[in-house]
Amino acid sequence: MDQVILVSLYIFVLAIFVGFEVITKVPPLLHTPLMSGSNAISGITVVGAIISAGVGNSQLGKILGMLAVISATINVVGGFMVTDRMLEMFKKDKKQQQ
Amino acid sequence: MVTITNIAYLIAAVLFILGLKNLGSPKTARRGNLLAMLGMLLAIVVTLLDKSILDYTYIIAGMVIGAAIGAVAAKKVEMTQMPQMVALFNGFGGIASAFVAYSEYIHHGGHVFAMDTSITLVLSLLIGMVTFTGSMIAFAKLQGLMTGAPIVFPGQKWLNGLLLLAVVVLGVMFTMDASLEVTLIVIVAISAVLGVLSVIPIGGADMPVVISLLNSYSGLAAAATGFVLSNNVLIISGALVGASGIILTQIMCKAMNRSLANVLFAAVGTADSSGTSKSTEKKTVTEYSAEDAALVFEAAQSVIIVPGYGLAVAQAQHVLQELAELLEEKGIEVRYAIHPVAGRMPGHMNVLLAEANVPYDKLVEMDDINDDFQNTDVVLVIGANDVINPAARYKKDSPLYGMPILNVDKARSIMIVKRSLSPGFAGEDNELFYDQKTMMLFGDAKKMVTELVKEVKEL
Repeated sequence: MDQVILVSLYIFVLAIFVGFEVITKVPPLLHTPLMSGSNAISGITVVGAIISAGVGNSQLGKILGMLAVISATINVVGGFMVTDRMLEMFKKDKKQQQ
Repeated sequence: MVTITNIAYLIAAVLFILGLKNLGSPKTARRGNLLAMLGMLLAIVVTLLDKSILDYTYIIAGMVIGAAIGAVAAKKVEMTQMPQMVALFNGFGGIASAFVAYSEYIHHGGHVFAMDTSITLVLSLLIGMVTFTGSMIAFAKLQGLMTGAPIVFPGQKWLNGLLLLAVVVLGVMFTMDASLEVTLIVIVAISAVLGVLSVIPIGGADMPVVISLLNSYSGLAAAATGFVLSNNVLIISGALVGASGIILTQIMCKAMNRSLANVLFAAVGTADSSGTSKSTEKKTVTEYSAEDAALVFEAAQSVIIVPGYGLAVAQAQHVLQELAELLEEKGIEVRYAIHPVAGRMPGHMNVLLAEANVPYDKLVEMDDINDDFQNTDVVLVIGANDVINPAARYKKDSPLYGMPILNVDKARSIMIVKRSLSPGFAGEDNELFYDQKTMMLFGDAKKMVTELVKEVKEL
């Protein structure tokens, strides 16, 4: 196994721990926005998709790349927008604020 | 340039983590989402500046199409449809990873693959395709395009095991000789079938667990693609989402007192919920009208509302909040008790009530409110059943046994709005209906709450 993949593995495992730490602190109140928001974050594949769609000489490779860009962008744009729409609805009791 | 790109990716990853951290409180949650968005924007812009990109046609076309579809979906979706939407988005995440992985293979012409890259490539295709087709089935079930009942046939588990084994064997073959493109195509096909077969035996009521799990898969798919591309921002983001999905899956399983294996393989929720409705004739039910109920409310000082998914089905959230506000004007303390599986996905009920302008500080989690029921005058249950059934505490042969429930039975008086005395998903008769302190308000949730509002106004 070469060094690059080992380093990647380290990063992966450590990131899972960070994920567990951060996400256990999200209250059930916000679990739906958490899901749609993390969905948007998993759309980070768009970064790989952009490269696939823009490099190389293979037409098929680029078309697959474009399909990847489409699916990942749906995820990113749709995910962040719907999360924002939901979070906007969460309001504190006005009577208590006064 | 490579250094700058990688530093930008690092910043993006940090912004994702900060974004998720800010989701820890409703006060900062919106900012958290914006931070994550900013991270994504940064990652995308930096990638677009990559010098190896020769042709932007496909990129721009893809982004425009994807953004348009995503934006329309996000604007149009009803809050009751969020589970389907998330299922669909999980699927897109999965297929995107599979596309990228396959495209990477084609761009490399196949033969220059190192062994570790081949392994991650196979993993990426497997997870990506299973996530995609599994999510599509989950979507179809939630949307009512196909039956919500489990679809089972003899030897199903064996077949799934065999298919997984086939992927492993083909994967090893591919790792030995990366020029065998046909093995890769067969892997994609088998993985797609595997995704379908692993979700069809899961009943509609268990969908919250499934979409949480698929959420996790979609993250793992992104991480696997990150390994293929040696791209750390994909790996980190994928790991975060993977962890998030696993946590939500655990919470859902715990709230239903089921193990993940039981949810995935036991095919619970077959259409026969008939067996347990025996010997109910002898018990008496106290039926109240809206007018009687309004009088009970007037005498109360504290009210807890227990909403279930039936409330959302009847679209009664808004009028319910109207009732809550009326009661508060009379000086009555009103809160909502939210069971973890009250909706159709984790946290779903909170979103549905927030949409109806219920302030979030009135929405109290089960563990925080369960001790308060004994000091509460009236509990108003609407559209919930299994999550308040005391049989879960003691009746060992009940499918509900061991499931954490809301201590509604401890309250001084109970009002249950329901169409009939029929049992819930689990098919377990609810003794609370026959309790002396229970008042049954028979009827459609929306109609009944509207009447309650009218009666309380007239007091």
